[in-house]
Amino acid sequence: MKLSVNGKTVNVDDAPDTPLLWVIRDSVGLTGTKFGCGVAQCGACTVLVNGEATRSCSVPVGSVAGKHVTTVEGLTKGDTLNRVQQAWVDAQVPQCGYCQSGMIVATTALLAKHPHPTDAQIDDSLTNICRCGTYDRIRVAIKKAAGAA
Amino acid sequence: MKRSTFVATGAATGGALVLGFEFAPSGRITSFADAATTRLVGFVTIAPDETITIVQPQAEMGQGVQTSIPMLVAEELDCDWSRVRVESFPAIDKIYNNPAFGIMGTGGSSSVRGWFMPARKVGAQARAMLVAAAAQKFGVAASELRTQNGVVYHDASSRKATYGELAGAAAALTPPADVTLKTHDKFTLIGKPVKRLDIRDKVDGRAQFGIDVVVPGMLYAAIRQSPVFGGTVGHYDEANTLKRPGIKKVVNLKNAVAVVADRFWRAKSALDALNISWSDGPNASLDDAKIAADLKAALDDDASAAVAKQVGDAAAALKGAAKVVSAEYHVPYLAHATMEPMNCTAHVTADSCEIWAPTQFPGPIVQVAQRFTNLTPDKIKIHQTYLGGGFGRRANMDFVIQAIMLSQAAGAPVKLIWTREEDVQHDVYRPVSTTRIKAGLDSTGNLVAWQQRIASPSIFGMNPGFGPPQKVDDSSVEGSADKRYSIPNFLVDYVRKDFAVPVFFWRSVGNSQNGFFFESMLDEVAHAAGKDPYEFRRALLKDTPKLLNVLEMTAKLGNWGKPLPKGSARGIALCESFGSTVGEVAEISVDKGNTLRIHRVAVVIDCGTVVNPDTVVAQMQGGVNFGLTAALFGAINIAKGRVAQHNFYDYQMVRLANAPHIDVEIVTSSGPPTGVGEPGTPPIAPAVANAIFAVTGKRIRTLPFVKAGFTA
Repeated sequence: MKLSVNGKTVNVDDAPDTPLLWVIRDSVGLTGTKFGCGVAQCGACTVLVNGEATRSCSVPVGSVAGKHVTTVEGLTKGDTLNRVQQAWVDAQVPQCGYCQSGMIVATTALLAKHPHPTDAQIDDSLTNICRCGTYDRIRVAIKKAAGAA
Repeated sequence: MKRSTFVATGAATGGALVLGFEFAPSGRITSFADAATTRLVGFVTIAPDETITIVQPQAEMGQGVQTSIPMLVAEELDCDWSRVRVESFPAIDKIYNNPAFGIMGTGGSSSVRGWFMPARKVGAQARAMLVAAAAQKFGVAASELRTQNGVVYHDASSRKATYGELAGAAAALTPPADVTLKTHDKFTLIGKPVKRLDIRDKVDGRAQFGIDVVVPGMLYAAIRQSPVFGGTVGHYDEANTLKRPGIKKVVNLKNAVAVVADRFWRAKSALDALNISWSDGPNASLDDAKIAADLKAALDDDASAAVAKQVGDAAAALKGAAKVVSAEYHVPYLAHATMEPMNCTAHVTADSCEIWAPTQFPGPIVQVAQRFTNLTPDKIKIHQTYLGGGFGRRANMDFVIQAIMLSQAAGAPVKLIWTREEDVQHDVYRPVSTTRIKAGLDSTGNLVAWQQRIASPSIFGMNPGFGPPQKVDDSSVEGSADKRYSIPNFLVDYVRKDFAVPVFFWRSVGNSQNGFFFESMLDEVAHAAGKDPYEFRRALLKDTPKLLNVLEMTAKLGNWGKPLPKGSARGIALCESFGSTVGEVAEISVDKGNTLRIHRVAVVIDCGTVVNPDTVVAQMQGGVNFGLTAALFGAINIAKGRVAQHNFYDYQMVRLANAPHIDVEIVTSSGPPTGVGEPGTPPIAPAVANAIFAVTGKRIRTLPFVKAGFTA
């Protein structure tokens, strides 16, 4: 089947019920999207599907045919970070970094919907897990990114 | 800590620090040298364009060591920090041994502690070689030269040469055995908040974790291990599985079955369809009730108790006390649940073994690989990737051994990935632990006796590879036995009681439970004495000014004693671990529906000399949330010989909505650096539990809080 990933069309031969996550990682070869739980609990695998934050571990690849998939790699333009990524660098958010792709993608979707999110909107949207406990800085970075809009 | 290891390495090689290379007597490089880039002292490569690449041997698992160790080298090298890059170790070599352990490995909050002097010595030696090369070039004495920002200057003749220009000549020189390190007042990098070198790669997906490794011809493996600890594989449907697309092999590892396929999802799906039956073995009846009963019995087992620390006569003092307070505390097993599930890639052939692993201990992997391949160490190559969390879990070798065996069975490079369910159910766990404490107060409310017995499995006893078994496992009693409050009659003893559940090091190890036990009980005793818990601690710390200072700073930062609305309160705790002292004040509220909110945590740490202050702040913030997850939600339950939890839906983590605002203050100190990665964790559970008591009058003696009827 044909997939649109980060603006490029790619051909994959995975079974349609294969989770989008594993197609992105193993067939498309983009490893920034992470496997954390496989059951849409942790958000490490978050990608945008037509702009919506989506937990790719629990979405069959067959369901995204004809839709636009954006991974964390697709947020940069050349070497230029998007404002969320830049805020993450400025606030020195990542520790181990494993969950941060999902956090950044989820925040990008949040700010598209709510350019100046309240704390409650942040809490409701960013339910991803960070085991290193970078939450305080994530909140700071979201607000920085919102301010930079 | 064995600080002598690094020095001994130098001495054994004739004073020349042969770091990263084997030098022939002439000083020529004879092995794994890269002609284009010559590493000075085995750690520092200087390119013609002035890029400085520093070998960083420790595992980067979020603690910032990828930046702090190079800072130590760069400080003494006097190079331009903006030109510094980092590389992993080029080979397993004793020169990259963690000086705190004498092997290549990361744990015990030891990286900066271990490398603080040796890494600076590397930088100073490399600098001295560059200066000597400049002295030759200019025909002047080295003493007439100075260095700054990657340039050697001869001010008298207004000549200068860059490190890039001098590197080739410097590499031919012998590193000096003795170098003088900077005094602390001359530091230009150490102590400054330096931006981390790994963060840029961690915001756009390019950072490579173990799970991201791709090797040509690589296959993928999914694994299922016996649900019951100690169980073995019975039967499974191999013939039908091999007919599925992409399936290469089904491998019986005796206590586990793995499917090897051309893609991970194919391997995982086939594994699900294998219909494995298991032989459960002798542990199938083990459950929480049995564990709790055995630990309770262990608390009464005077004959098995071994003394961990004894001062005065606690039993006699309790008899003479005006008031005795008694309580029992209990904590469950805990999983590490690193965000990156266990994984490893291995490629074993008849004459080589190459391993790519997110491991905390690359050094011992060589011995492990030798055992399974019969290859000599020179045929074994280890690559260390970024770690998606470690917390102690990745000091274990189980997933590495499995990858080696699967590559051997498949005859190809294999990337093994555990599912989250395997990760939760086949961790090596923070031990369950139970304690009974009796405290005695005199007629004026002074603490005169403390008698405590701890019963738990022994980490060192159950993991003999990590050191000889001890009568009292330090890791079971640390955080209680080593408390430095002035208590004239003090006894902590220990009864070892192991179960079939494997146990291991979990961020802050024994301090994670003993911090909760001791600091909660001390709060009970303070209330029994009718005293403010902060003032009660102050009185007990009058002879230990370092701890008293941290306590007083914590109270100030935490607004101790200032009024709060009804339904809110503060709790305080102070713990010493890994050489550092950390105080925490938690400000919480509990509403009528028993919803617990932790609004703010104030943290003060004294960790001696600070290398990168922003990293210390980050580790305190992370350590608090790690401990808070355990205190609020953390429990691994055992039923029918297996773990009852499966994934994040029943092994909950603190998320953004539960996470407090955390303010951190660092004590200014010029003492030797002490631990940072772990000491933030122990005080948070008692700080919050003590605050819960202050709000509700309910004393929580068993973790987690959700089991006591609170929601978060």
